[in-house]
Amino acid sequence: MRAAQTSLSSKDLLGIEPLTPEEITLILDTAEGFKEVSERPVKKVPALRGQLVINLFMEASTRTRVSFEIAEKRLSADTLNFSASGSSVEKGETLIDTAQNLMAMHPDMIVIRHKHPGAPKMLADRLPASIINAGDGAHEHPTQALLDAFTIRERLGRLHGVNVSIIGDIAHSRVVRSNIHLLTKMKANVTVAGPPTLMPVEVERLGVRVVHSLDEAIEGADVIMMLRIQLERQGKLSFPSLREYYNTFGLTPERLHRAREGVVVMHPGPMNRGVEIASDVADGPWSVILDQVTNGVAVRMAVLYLLGGAHAAE
Amino acid sequence: MTVLIHNGRVIDPSQRLDSKVDILIEDGKISEVGKKLRQTAEMIDATGLVVVPGFIDLHTHLREPGQEHKETIATGTRAAVAGGYTAVCAMANTFPPNDERAVTEMIIAEAARNGACRVYPIGAVSRALKGEELAELADLRAAGCVGVSDDGKPVSNGQLMRRAMEYASMLRMPVIAHEEDLNLTDGGVMHEGFHSTLLGMSGIPAASEETMVARDVILARMTGAHLHVAHVSTAGAIAAIREARASGVHVTCEVTPHHIALGDETVQSFSTNLKMNPPLRSEEHRKALLEGIADGTVDAIATDHAPHHFDEKNVEFDLAPFGVIGLETAFAICHDRLVRERVIDLPRLIELMSSAPARIFNLPGGTLRAGSPADVTLLDPETRFQVTNTFRSKASNSPFIGEMLHGRVVATIVGGVMKYDLRAPVTPPRPKPKRRR
Repeated sequence: MRAAQTSLSSKDLLGIEPLTPEEITLILDTAEGFKEVSERPVKKVPALRGQLVINLFMEASTRTRVSFEIAEKRLSADTLNFSASGSSVEKGETLIDTAQNLMAMHPDMIVIRHKHPGAPKMLADRLPASIINAGDGAHEHPTQALLDAFTIRERLGRLHGVNVSIIGDIAHSRVVRSNIHLLTKMKANVTVAGPPTLMPVEVERLGVRVVHSLDEAIEGADVIMMLRIQLERQGKLSFPSLREYYNTFGLTPERLHRAREGVVVMHPGPMNRGVEIASDVADGPWSVILDQVTNGVAVRMAVLYLLGGAHAAE
Repeated sequence: MTVLIHNGRVIDPSQRLDSKVDILIEDGKISEVGKKLRQTAEMIDATGLVVVPGFIDLHTHLREPGQEHKETIATGTRAAVAGGYTAVCAMANTFPPNDERAVTEMIIAEAARNGACRVYPIGAVSRALKGEELAELADLRAAGCVGVSDDGKPVSNGQLMRRAMEYASMLRMPVIAHEEDLNLTDGGVMHEGFHSTLLGMSGIPAASEETMVARDVILARMTGAHLHVAHVSTAGAIAAIREARASGVHVTCEVTPHHIALGDETVQSFSTNLKMNPPLRSEEHRKALLEGIADGTVDAIATDHAPHHFDEKNVEFDLAPFGVIGLETAFAICHDRLVRERVIDLPRLIELMSSAPARIFNLPGGTLRAGSPADVTLLDPETRFQVTNTFRSKASNSPFIGEMLHGRVVATIVGGVMKYDLRAPVTPPRPKPKRRR
């Protein structure tokens, strides 16, 4: 699994879609090295010393924001957190104005989370800083897919040929899109499952199998990835009730017994216990949900390093 | 004043004319069309050019009154003549909307004062475009409206649409329908298909347009009214219109240059100049539009010229307003995509842009017959040029900036007066800004 490449071709990480399999492998291999850093007594390397990273979070986030911030600190970057609430965004400042003002303070990298698809690209097209997409609407969430792949690789030793079933609200999930791009590029077999009301049109053209039954999705899966159901969608024509959703697509220990021996259960968080996933599963032996969180730091360190540190070292 | 246009190839679909003849203009009217007409003091040499009836746009947003930061009657009509248009139909969704006589009269007066071409107002179907009760359609007609539409919004209430059709048919006006089921659209920002899935953007399904076209052709059959379907973008709408017309329903329709030229895959750039409603559709729909144009189902090319200020478009795709400008690029786009790609011939394109719009809305113009208003456009179909971001429109939200196109508008004559002349050394000055009242 050695990558031919030693750096990424773009200054930005806007999504998985533009990456090559070699670039994905490079990031995952680099992350392996950084995972070790997080296990040391002194969890810090000087790779990004003197670099300024702005975390521009225009939408609520706990896991991703904290994970990026830890990754930045472990690489010795100066970090600044910016969120929409309490800023001039509330006074009606546009995204471009906000970004240009931040740019005037010469950050090297901007990590952006935004509720609208394409917002990171808007910045990348206009600013010299490296832009890292930390989730843009239902478009992409590349570091999530990378940490998922890292976790799968860690558990199963490979991505090639692995059967991954992703279950839940496929239509509104950026995690799904990035995962589909990554897993299909790495030659894994992807199944998506959920009610037709939560399935985006023509998704099969992305190279995935579409099923509408949980049991069918579980059958033969090496990895089961559960997605968060946005509670506000209940009763709004997506599905009738949370109760019915849980009965139809909720992952319970009983249903998991149909899965392969050694199946791995993942969830990008935040979880709705008792909606898409039973606590017995989330906390059970199949679950690697907290490993995902741990690996998130290593993967984000790798991305920051490859976009910022690797260049600085040249 | 008399002017002779000579040495040009004259195409006038209204009289099936396509030959080298001269056109004599006297007192704002065409007085004679024929070979070797008498010389006059003013001569326009049209050697190598095509001389056609001035284009008529059935679907223009001039934004005045109320949104003069986007466009005005003065700037919008200057954009029109630069695109070869000698008349535009001004949509009613201004602020206030054109739902009463006073607004219609204001538009007509301002067009007479500062307009570069003819302006035919379209009245609102419903008061305040709310879709609840009928506007005073007879009064709007009397004031000068040539059709009615709540364009920008659909008439969601079927009963209101029925009554509007019945009432408008008494007034011999078309009801121009923006066909969209807002429940199916559900906040969508682009065509629902593979590309909306890829980009994670909420989609507007083709069914949003198709189901409403189906409803309205049924209502047009029931009422005997003239239904004109605006900016058709889907295969299902074309099929429904084709079938309805074959069975005798009085239904006409228009297609925009951007739906002819562009598909939804372009939205991957996230450029807000690719956001309009109806949205750019997938290839199967685009092909169906071309078939509809080729077989005559489509009656007219209309621009849906929808100017927006730079700041309004310089935001996230989801937040940008719908709409693109089109007057200044319409001919070149259609010439490139329809004529050069052999979907139709040049006389048929001229018909779609001039004679047919005049005929279906019963407007003056669209012809070079003796006695008609001297609304004439001179074209150079083969010259290649690049679309820049400089427009006569106040806005520059065009999806075609940077494209190399074939076919230039060389001159536009409205009522015998040269209103646009590419060959003139200086461009006409912009109108003075109006004083605030």
